[in-house]
Amino acid sequence: MKRLAVLALLMVPGALRADPTMAPEPLSYTQLPDPAQEARAQALMQTIRCVVCQGQSIADSDADLAGDMRALVRQRIAAGEKPEAIRAWLIQRYGRWVSYTPPVDAATWPLWIAPILLLGIGCLLARSAFRRRRA
Amino acid sequence: MSLRTVRILLWLPLVAFLIVLGLVSSGLIKPHDASVHSQMVGKPLPAFSLPSTRAGQPPVTSASFADGKVRLVNIFGSWCVPCAVEMPQLVELKREGVIIEGIASRDTPADSLAFLKRYGDPFDRIGDDKTSAVQIAIGSSGVPETYVVDGKGIIRAQHIGPIQPQDMADILAAMKDAQ
Repeated sequence: MKRLAVLALLMVPGALRADPTMAPEPLSYTQLPDPAQEARAQALMQTIRCVVCQGQSIADSDADLAGDMRALVRQRIAAGEKPEAIRAWLIQRYGRWVSYTPPVDAATWPLWIAPILLLGIGCLLARSAFRRRRA
Repeated sequence: MSLRTVRILLWLPLVAFLIVLGLVSSGLIKPHDASVHSQMVGKPLPAFSLPSTRAGQPPVTSASFADGKVRLVNIFGSWCVPCAVEMPQLVELKREGVIIEGIASRDTPADSLAFLKRYGDPFDRIGDDKTSAVQIAIGSSGVPETYVVDGKGIIRAQHIGPIQPQDMADILAAMKDAQ
């Protein structure tokens, strides 16, 4: 059993152990003292994509860079910056991809209009189907 | 519904299937590129001032890049295995006369210096980026990443991941373009 455990340990790839050894930034795992500010920071962090895990928000991700980004968001919110200004700053660096809330513009309007359009088509289909049944 | 429309509609599932098949096979032929490309390429370096990792040296500032010289900026960490992989290539670039500035990400100066002692030190100056602030400001999503910065302090190219021997020509060409 012991041998097996040692063997299993040896099989852990080196990359898994290749993480920064420094303690994380305090603000990456600590809430801001002001609840209103923390709520604004949380709302923003939940809609910013982690650039390491890519499927998670920085609020959910355990990646070190996500931690640093949370610290950055909290510092800036505490300094009085507007959440949307911080989002714009991040988009300027990583592209629109980094934000989970796409703005309505030339490239994204089909994304916003599609559900409304599909709902409309569905209503029309349903109407004609019900009409036929009555007749 | 007329018989003709029903006949046409019967083909719809097959059409839908072919569309899905096309999507899946295109994904297999050309896999999705998951690397995050910095949007800062073509823009000036973000303003920063980092304390030097080497004791007694002046801080590394973004303003100091606008002196007419093309440089490489390499973001690395002593804890990062691919960074060790690319060090021989960086040392070779330095030997060829390339100025390389290091940005130590999430590291202590002692660890950074021990790493450079072990793998070779290609850096002109090293900035200590403990909180990844500069890394985020420059639009980098990991280590190692290397940026070509021109003589006006404008970022001209980004290389994601370690510089392998086969990447050397591309790096030198990107530096020549930035002249």
